[in-house]
Amino acid sequence: MTTSTTITTTRKDHHLMSAVSAADIAPTPYAWEIRATGLKVGVGRKRMAVDGLDLTLGTGVHGLLGPNGAGKTTLIRALATVLRPAGGTLELLGESVGGRGGHRALRRRIGYLPQEFGYYKRFTAREFIEYMAWLKEVPKADIPGAVQRAVERVGLADRADERMKALSGGMVRRVGIAQAIVNDPAILLLDEPTVGLDPAQRLRFRELLQELGTDTCVVVSTHLVEDVAAACTDVVLFAEGRLVFQGTPDELAAAGGPEHVGDSPLERGYSALLQGPGRGRGTW
Amino acid sequence: MSGEHPAVRLVDGYARGDTDLAADDVWALEAHLEACRICRDRLSASVTAQTPAVTALVGTVWSGLEPQLAGTAPAPPRRRRSAWLSGWLTPVMVPWLAMVVTVTLLALLLDLAGTGSGAVPPVLLLAPVLPVLGVAASWSRGLDPAYELTAAAPRAGLYLVLRRTASVLAVVVPALLPVGWATGVMAAQWLLPSLALTSATLALGGVVGVTRAAVALVAVWAGAVVAPTLAASRPAPALQTGGLPVWALVLALGTAVVLARRSAYSVLDAHR
Repeated sequence: MTTSTTITTTRKDHHLMSAVSAADIAPTPYAWEIRATGLKVGVGRKRMAVDGLDLTLGTGVHGLLGPNGAGKTTLIRALATVLRPAGGTLELLGESVGGRGGHRALRRRIGYLPQEFGYYKRFTAREFIEYMAWLKEVPKADIPGAVQRAVERVGLADRADERMKALSGGMVRRVGIAQAIVNDPAILLLDEPTVGLDPAQRLRFRELLQELGTDTCVVVSTHLVEDVAAACTDVVLFAEGRLVFQGTPDELAAAGGPEHVGDSPLERGYSALLQGPGRGRGTW
Repeated sequence: MSGEHPAVRLVDGYARGDTDLAADDVWALEAHLEACRICRDRLSASVTAQTPAVTALVGTVWSGLEPQLAGTAPAPPRRRRSAWLSGWLTPVMVPWLAMVVTVTLLALLLDLAGTGSGAVPPVLLLAPVLPVLGVAASWSRGLDPAYELTAAAPRAGLYLVLRRTASVLAVVVPALLPVGWATGVMAAQWLLPSLALTSATLALGGVVGVTRAAVALVAVWAGAVVAPTLAASRPAPALQTGGLPVWALVLALGTAVVLARRSAYSVLDAHR
């Protein structure tokens, strides 16, 4: 028995020195995964949903917090390059977004789960994720493996071959998360991903977020303060198209005092910051 | 190491878990093993021969796993065909395909029933509408639930637009060919307006959204061509052979606009 134990440990040590490709150790040519300066994104003809935003985000899990209608979805869509900035600059992975060009190479490194996650009911979960992997230009030979990994990471391996119309709301949401991570993105954008997940699934999802956040820039939009407290390394508070606060969850909690509305320190910090000068209070 | 493969001594040492192997040797060996089937087989043989403890351990693990593996249901057979198809048409377009076939058959029936010898063949009036509706169906927010995911994908844009348009035409044109032939209409007379309206839909769609563009162009077609034709019981000027150069011009213009504005198809605005 002693012999086999020694062998196992030696093997493990060896495994750490396994071959790496040049791409794995290449230095990144950018300082921040996401960098916005004076970013403006319009909705409709006149309204600017994102109005002069300065933001830098690196690796980690960033909770994008704000009241409904603050422009979270518009910002995430701009980060997903499906909305063009109306002004300012936006750099993703060192590449400037906007103007002409479809950002094909950039999009291969972005994962995106929209707020309204539409899917094909007749497809099985696996077929849907395979289709998304094809749309994301994952090399054909890598698709089955990548899909299986994504399905396992969201805990759907046993239901992957069922049609999506037979899956519950929480499972569909997890398929949505799986399709977002199938291309191993460097930037992962999740718009309200916890809607429809039950408490146990939310816990599991937070673990997954923390795991992804070690080497990915994850942006999670949410209006649930407790999601941020549990899973995020960084909070971005966003209201009326502008950045109100950026810092750690602890700093957010420190901003609130006992006189502010809320059940937890984070909620009090949230309401304190949103009540800052020039903002109406007591309204919906 | 000899030439291409690592030495037997090294493989055996690795199998025994020798600690006196140099770290760079082990690294190189593992990098080689990852890529070389032959040497993995050699390693496996070496493990069996040199380290009975490991072989026994693996045997124990296998005998523990086998009952569980026997209880696992085999993976269900995969449906390959639909995956291939969805690369060309959006998965929601099957109803549209049925519609094309039905309309084409109706056009043929109407024609065979004989709506009068001087009347215009229905295929002439219907042919340009079908691909326009097909293009709208392949790029529309209402019909494609995954439109936002599609728009955000690297493959979105002109490439996917053209791929889906090509597949729409690949269904419509062969369906219309026998009908056109049976009713004695020259192919160019319906094919050219079809292609012209299709390219115009895409060109206009880059600005106002493909669905809106399709609705507008179908309305224009109905108002400017179908209505006068039915009212006068003879082909409107646009349907006669004299109109063909105009349609060719529209086709060329539409294609040029689509190519010039190709980046418009990779943002959400085209999905309206």
